[in-house]
Amino acid sequence: MEKQKSIFASVDWLTIAIYIFLLALGWMSICGACYEYGQPTDFLSLASFDTRTGMQLVWICSSVILGLIVMLLDDRLFDTFAYLIYGLLIVLLFITPFLAHDIKGSMSWIKIGSFSFQSAEFAKFATALALAKFMSSYGFKLEGSWKNMAVCIALMLLPMVLIVLQKETGSALVYFSLFLMLYREGMPGSILFTGIAAVAYVVIGLRFADEMVFDGTTSLGLLLVMVMIVVFVVGLIFAYARPSALQAAAVGEARNASQTYRRAMLETIALGLGTMFVFWLIARYLRPFNIGPVYVAVCALIILRLTWIAFTSRIYRYGLIALFAAGSVVVFYSSNYILDHLQDHQRARVQELLGLREDPNGVGYNVIQAKIAIGSGGLEGKGFLKGTQTKLRYVPEQETDFIFCTMGEEQGFIGSAAVLLLFLALLLRLIYLSERQPYAFGRVYGYCVFSIFLFHVLINIGMVLGLMPVIGIPLPFFSYGGSSLWGFTLLLFIFLRIDAGRVRYQR
Amino acid sequence: MANNTLSNRKYILGFSAVLIIVVYIVRLFTLQLMSDDYKQRADSNALMRRIQFPARGAITDRNGKLLVYNQPAYDIMVIMQEQVGIDTLDLCESLGIDIEWYRRRMLEIKDRRRNPGYSPYTQQLFMSQLSIGEFSVFQEKLFHYPGFYIQKRSIRQYTYPYAAHILGDVGEVNPSDIEADDYYRSGDYIGKQGVERSYERQLRGIKGSEILLRDVHGRIKGRYQNGKYDVKPIPGKNLTLSIDLELQKLGERLMQGKLGSIVAIEPSTGEILCMVSSPTFDPRTLVGRQRGKRHKELANDPRKPLLNRSIQGTYPPGSTFKTSQALTFLEEGIITPQTAYPCSHGFHYGRLKVGCHGHPSPLPLVPAIGTSCNGYFCWGLFHMFNNRTKYHSTQEAMTTWKDYMVSMGFGYKLGIDLPYESRGMIPNAEYYDKNYKNSWSGLTVISIAIGQGEVTLTPLQIANLGATIANRGWFITPHIVKEVQDDTLASTYLKRRYTKVSRVHYETVCEGMERAVRGGTCRSAYTPQYVTCGKTGTAQNRGHDHSVFMGFAPRENPKIAIAVYVENGGWGATYGVPIGALMMEQYINGHLSEASEHRAETYANRHVDYSGYLKK
Repeated sequence: MEKQKSIFASVDWLTIAIYIFLLALGWMSICGACYEYGQPTDFLSLASFDTRTGMQLVWICSSVILGLIVMLLDDRLFDTFAYLIYGLLIVLLFITPFLAHDIKGSMSWIKIGSFSFQSAEFAKFATALALAKFMSSYGFKLEGSWKNMAVCIALMLLPMVLIVLQKETGSALVYFSLFLMLYREGMPGSILFTGIAAVAYVVIGLRFADEMVFDGTTSLGLLLVMVMIVVFVVGLIFAYARPSALQAAAVGEARNASQTYRRAMLETIALGLGTMFVFWLIARYLRPFNIGPVYVAVCALIILRLTWIAFTSRIYRYGLIALFAAGSVVVFYSSNYILDHLQDHQRARVQELLGLREDPNGVGYNVIQAKIAIGSGGLEGKGFLKGTQTKLRYVPEQETDFIFCTMGEEQGFIGSAAVLLLFLALLLRLIYLSERQPYAFGRVYGYCVFSIFLFHVLINIGMVLGLMPVIGIPLPFFSYGGSSLWGFTLLLFIFLRIDAGRVRYQR
Repeated sequence: MANNTLSNRKYILGFSAVLIIVVYIVRLFTLQLMSDDYKQRADSNALMRRIQFPARGAITDRNGKLLVYNQPAYDIMVIMQEQVGIDTLDLCESLGIDIEWYRRRMLEIKDRRRNPGYSPYTQQLFMSQLSIGEFSVFQEKLFHYPGFYIQKRSIRQYTYPYAAHILGDVGEVNPSDIEADDYYRSGDYIGKQGVERSYERQLRGIKGSEILLRDVHGRIKGRYQNGKYDVKPIPGKNLTLSIDLELQKLGERLMQGKLGSIVAIEPSTGEILCMVSSPTFDPRTLVGRQRGKRHKELANDPRKPLLNRSIQGTYPPGSTFKTSQALTFLEEGIITPQTAYPCSHGFHYGRLKVGCHGHPSPLPLVPAIGTSCNGYFCWGLFHMFNNRTKYHSTQEAMTTWKDYMVSMGFGYKLGIDLPYESRGMIPNAEYYDKNYKNSWSGLTVISIAIGQGEVTLTPLQIANLGATIANRGWFITPHIVKEVQDDTLASTYLKRRYTKVSRVHYETVCEGMERAVRGGTCRSAYTPQYVTCGKTGTAQNRGHDHSVFMGFAPRENPKIAIAVYVENGGWGATYGVPIGALMMEQYINGHLSEASEHRAETYANRHVDYSGYLKK
């Protein structure tokens, strides 16, 4: 039997290079965020253990060692022990609230000696392993099997619920990102689309509910959601009704399929976007009026018209699209209704979760500060440790959740865009590596890693840029703290190890 | 293996990643390169959030007399990063502190363990509660000391030197307060004692904040966006206490030179009319910067003036407890009002003897209460605990007895709205089983019948017993706050709690208590103006007896129930009865007659000699 080639020949060095780059930039950001004027700036004093910069360096070095150890393990271990690892982490998550002491309302920190760690950070790779194991079992198929789908969702939901019990709602939301992986593995796209649309309605609807346009007559939230619904309906007609119309035309039968398609498309665009344009003209130039209710009526008209088309043409995809639109309106209104009828503290909780009120002392304060910090960076930034903006000190969590501010201020557009591109490179590389896996186990795990990283980058940087609700989750490899760094390193390196093992099967 | 259509989904996923990053880069581009606005703002200005403190709620007595209010004081704040190169000696001089204190304070501020919210860029509390005089000296020279700021705060002021234990005080939060509640930051104030503590949430209000623009030198340039993001503080709610200030004042005067307590309750509402704990202190001396020093003095005083004896002191109730025994025996059918027991200068059984004083014998219940006969109640308890037709064992009798006591509010905290209430002690069967190794009988525990032995109550519980008898069988949990502005009282302070004894038996006990005033142990409490009911107590203890009185008046539609407890005061009639009578007269008539005023002066000046008890 031929001896296996060295692991270092088959490992993906490009990903490791990106990882090292991100770690280095991350440490630079931590230095900027924790630096205090008058402190010496040489490497030795920055690396001194009694400072946060020094501690972060310890975490970074130990992460690299952790990555190395993972590389030296046998890749089949992960497959074999996937459920065991998942089980252990679930137990750990379960007991955490009992062992943890309350740090500002969060029950997620376990203390061992003088070190504290967050068990939630390690549950991500364990869940990914369990999902990969389950979905790579013999004869597994996601499409058309509701049972398989339910088990997958249960595997995701279990750690989520336990993390919510630790009052770390932000970290729990991360698991929703795994639906991207499920989509890749065969979950109908319409489910993913419907889910994303529902979240968008609720967040955008509530966030802009109190912002009035047209001389204070119309709620921007309502208007945006209604326009979104119309645009989605147009998109759905294009995506689902057109193929069948083309197919029918190709076979040469039922000319009315393509006719129906054209009619539905035109009517929806004319009704939905045309009337909007007319209303806008009237409100803007003639007399401001509350467009909201009128436009809801237009949406209702579109729904009725599509239902009618579905009945007469017997192409019931139009009915499903009408159902989607009706459901959208219902989701939007019921979210408003529920929020209005919640008790005060529950409402505050939901609003906090949606980032509608991240700070009871001053709404928007953190985001204003973050934007000023980033905005003041300009093209080239102010230079390493030269962020003159002492104001960053007023942003809580600036070395954890708002760490990207430091990058924006000190390294400017060039530096922060480079970080974004590095993350993009990592994400695309993860897709590439996942697709080259010979077995479903590696592919599923790879897409889990991709989904989790994408979600963290999307939410964390989006929040700092004022585009996303303020949900406290760390930026991978940047945010201060050992738990998240170790967690992300494990997540990534287990995948690299699995990937490095693929050669065995490719001979 | 994945089929082709599914594999194509990688393009959609990849495309969404690209889309997100492109949108974010465009956003970065507009933030960093399209507009100079942020850059200018960052170059010349920084935002600073300044907390605006709400005014703490004021406290008044039941007649609207202002007891506690706020007065401006000034805190000196420091921003560490800005205070470089100042003349430290000069600073110390103008603040009247020495250089050692200055150095120590600076180290304390920087110590993240003691000051968890520390940042060298935000204001830290350097010195708190300067008076206007001290502040004005410093303000003139403030421009010499960059990095030092003044923050206006308010400190508590007390109109009168009374009711220190009830009102309590405020002080700086400690690290555990900050950990427990997100509201607090280092240097904030929190209620430490009294209603200031128990009504902290209502009194404190809600903080506001204003966002200010500062230039690079830290000078304030104005409000950010004209105060668009400012939040106004919401002042705390005012409290109306149920205390009658005049009554409280008289009580404190009468208790001068004595250790002990007076508690008076309005029976129909459970409102506490006065709560005196002696020795007391002037709450006005525990304000401002001398607070720490003065507090230490009080804490080291062997007479324990900081202790609120009314709710924290647990004492043997003595003969006042006999009323509760009479009620229990009547309801359990051990005695009827006509049952007579002999008293041969006490209770004699075998070698056991509980002494009594001279009075006719045998005698029924009403005169037994009137003359406070020990023998009668010992026989009652003896017959109850030995009644094997009603109870299977002494243990069962004991448990029945204990349930009666608990229903009258003994043995557990009553639940007053003041912190640190004691529960007193009502022994139960397990207690004696453990201590006497299961060999005990009614005789062993006979002294509980006369409020001695293991039984202890707080003066509040004794007063509440008076209120319960006045109401003929129910009470409302005693409370000290009558009203919270724009808020309702907790439902526990509105609900009647019934005892296990029926109304008719209470009438009998009232009769006995009236007899005590008309011609028994409480004769000196008699007044022709209204019918008074009373019961003395002379509680034995290691030293000289405690003097106790429990009573209420008038007998019908009672307005006040009262307990007086004078440590080592001797007979109940020596201090308890006259002090109780004066207090009831003051509250019912609204003033004291000339003769009574004279007597009050006499009792105020009559002091108990404690020199024998207070040695460490």
